[in-house]
Amino acid sequence: MLIADFPLFPDQASTMASKVDNLYLFLIALCGTVSVGVFLTIFYFAIKYRRRPDNEIAEDYEPPKILEVTWIVIPSILFLGIFVWASWVYFQLARVPDNSLQIYATAKQWMWKFQHPTGQREINELHVPVNRPIKITMASEDVIHSLYFPAFRTKMDVLPNRYRTMWFQATKTGRYHIFCAEYCGTLHSGMVGWVDVMEPTAYQTWLAGGSEGSLASQGEKLFQKYACNTCHTNDASGRGPVLIGVYGSSVMLSDNTIVPADDNYIRESILNPQAKIVKGFGPPSVMPTFQGQVSEDDLLKLLAFVKSLGSTRTAAPAVASPQSSTTTAAAQTTKEPKKKP
Amino acid sequence: MTTTTLHDVRFIEPAKTRNYLNEDYGFFSWVLTRDHKRIAILYLISVTIMFMVGGFFAMMMRLELLTPEGDLLTSDTYNKFFTLHGIVMIFFFLIPSIPAVLGNFILPLQLGAKDLAFPRINLLSWYLYIIGASFGTYVIISGGVDTGWTFYTPFSTQYSNTHVFATTLGAFIVGFSSILTGLNFIVTTHRMRAPGLTWFRLPLNVWALYATSIVMLLATPVLGITLIMLMIERVLHVGIFDPALGGDPLLYQHMFWFYSHPAVYIMILPAMGVASDVIAAFTRKRIFGYKFVAFSSLAIAFLGFLVWAHHMFVAGISVYSAMIFAFLSFFVAVPSAIKVFNWTATMYRASVSWQTPMLYAMGFIGLFTIGGVTGLFLASLGLDVHVTDTYFVVAHFHYVMVGGAVMAYMAGLHYWWPKITGRMYPEWWARLAALLIFVGFNLTFFPQFILGYLGMPRRYHAYAPEFQVLNVLSTAGASVLAVGYALPLVYLLLSLKLGRPAGPNPWGAVGLEWTTSSPPPKENFHETPVVTWEAYDYRGMMKAMGETQNV
Repeated sequence: MLIADFPLFPDQASTMASKVDNLYLFLIALCGTVSVGVFLTIFYFAIKYRRRPDNEIAEDYEPPKILEVTWIVIPSILFLGIFVWASWVYFQLARVPDNSLQIYATAKQWMWKFQHPTGQREINELHVPVNRPIKITMASEDVIHSLYFPAFRTKMDVLPNRYRTMWFQATKTGRYHIFCAEYCGTLHSGMVGWVDVMEPTAYQTWLAGGSEGSLASQGEKLFQKYACNTCHTNDASGRGPVLIGVYGSSVMLSDNTIVPADDNYIRESILNPQAKIVKGFGPPSVMPTFQGQVSEDDLLKLLAFVKSLGSTRTAAPAVASPQSSTTTAAAQTTKEPKKKP
Repeated sequence: MTTTTLHDVRFIEPAKTRNYLNEDYGFFSWVLTRDHKRIAILYLISVTIMFMVGGFFAMMMRLELLTPEGDLLTSDTYNKFFTLHGIVMIFFFLIPSIPAVLGNFILPLQLGAKDLAFPRINLLSWYLYIIGASFGTYVIISGGVDTGWTFYTPFSTQYSNTHVFATTLGAFIVGFSSILTGLNFIVTTHRMRAPGLTWFRLPLNVWALYATSIVMLLATPVLGITLIMLMIERVLHVGIFDPALGGDPLLYQHMFWFYSHPAVYIMILPAMGVASDVIAAFTRKRIFGYKFVAFSSLAIAFLGFLVWAHHMFVAGISVYSAMIFAFLSFFVAVPSAIKVFNWTATMYRASVSWQTPMLYAMGFIGLFTIGGVTGLFLASLGLDVHVTDTYFVVAHFHYVMVGGAVMAYMAGLHYWWPKITGRMYPEWWARLAALLIFVGFNLTFFPQFILGYLGMPRRYHAYAPEFQVLNVLSTAGASVLAVGYALPLVYLLLSLKLGRPAGPNPWGAVGLEWTTSSPPPKENFHETPVVTWEAYDYRGMMKAMGETQNV
């Protein structure tokens, strides 16, 4: 009862949680031993060698120099080991699994907005299926925020000038905290929410709820609204490059450099077309800037649409892990074949 | 108390007839003084006031956090209070505390010099501090600032509608105060050592102040540049950091931490110096591995410049650059570990006194060790992702800065108090305060490690109910800590009138500062000292004392 009121660990609800906790426990054991050792040694020396009438004068004794080498070499080796272990964990936190379910997030003062590929939108709530890697692509509309899931042991700053990607795979159904971890103004501590980890079937039911059409199809409407389709036609006759198959490919630029066409490339090309111009289309590019005209939410929809036009990198990105095959239908929407601008 | 007579040149008759305190009288003899000792007193008064202001904000925050709801203060007020707490404590208390108060007073005495190399610049640096502090005071009175002490963009440049400009201008100005102090210390250490006082005869406090001064001189200008750029963007809307204007917010973080990480070493290096001197004096031993400890100060100062991006592991730097900064962060821990083990080894077979400065010094070693090892947790990349920007970080840096730097400042203040004022503080009251501070400190900040791992983010005005128990413990500790800090304020002031005369060397300590009278004369030494002994030559002193146990 009392213990329940006084937890020492947050829930372990993701595949990474135990890996981070193991490192933490090892460090507590190691550093705890060293710290307690130093404390006790000081205390012991302070009592044993306390100043008394027969101990007014310190002994003329200096410990052997080899001691010093010992406590330079041993900590250095230990540090190296911890560094390697911690980097191994960090790599796993950074590497997004290929078969992840894509979710988009927008942060703004002071709320979290999540968009699912199937078109569902939610604020300060995020519904995800259990046992399935979830990839969140996110940007901020104003200041820097940080999306933090303590139960999943992961967190990432959300920046106003580019997309960042984080992932987790929940292992336990339940409701867990979402916190903003980077101070962002008045209601920073109110920029919190819940992530609902659901059984795949329950998630299916939830997905069947209201939606305004898939994210990609909403993006397609925007593609027409902003008249992108007048230049980016689906044959080479347009004034802009054809976008079919661009996402995930490598693009040759006008200065003969080759860049990957990833999320941030698409984003930059919309907001600042002069920054990276495809070979044969400038410079200068004839495309106007859309900076300040397209909101972060709409940018994500446009991104989803461009992604849906085909990707050369991941042939079948949406096929779920075996245990959640029931979610395949929902996940397939990432690749929803609605093209023809 | 023991009044030990030292051998040969170190013992000089404590002529209490004339000293720097009674040399001149009147307001202008203080505010226009060029005497490093009087300037140190001016700094002492200034930073003490700032410490109380910063402490007030801390106390209000802890009271707010007694309950999960944001009920005592509004969100905006709370945000301003943690911002002001950070700015006041870091820029106006911690950075000047040991260097500008204790260093200013003690460095020339330890070097056997009459004053610092540039007495007028020393006075100027105090005025710059006061001008900077005036901007700070103006900000507090006129409504505060809510950016956090880190002034992260684009929040600080475009979104905050509080007094960001005045605050950053204040921090910019006070930066020059540090630069000038650093410059003064470096030149003084190079040029004004007494005859015979070679580099390896210097007390470790001098080495530490020297290393600190290098950091002050080289890092602070970067803060100045960064804050100027921030002010330009905020006022003139020139895009530097704000993406809406074509800037990059991560550039700000790189530039800010390029100063602010070394700034941590500006706070902790002098603390290490004070601890070394105090431990030697109260164990009557030479610090074990003197040269290792001396060079580790320089190593920390150097490596401290190469680890700034470890504040940014989740901020948007590449995986590989994160690895490089993590690697270097582990290596900056090595010289710190050397010092901790060497201090501990010094106590072996020593004659350990339990007087107040030593109690603080022992507390310093223990708390700094915890602060240091929890730094390893944060340098561990995969773990940092979870605990960064939580209370774990808050607890970590308070263990280093309060458990480390402030404990050492208190150790130094008590150790040199008899030299500064010529009078003893009341020993039992001081021991009680040291105990209260140690207990109160741990009760305040240890629960915050657990809170952080549980996931409570920092800078939260209201929090999830399950975090309450630990927050109540922390607030309870803060009350004990407040009493602990209030006590010295009372008894040290009273000791100015009631304290027993200290005599030149109440601790039986070795060091040039103990060879002159207390308080020292205006020109520090009655005659230029000639140094013929090694640093911490307790062996030589004890030999000279012979078998006479009249101490």
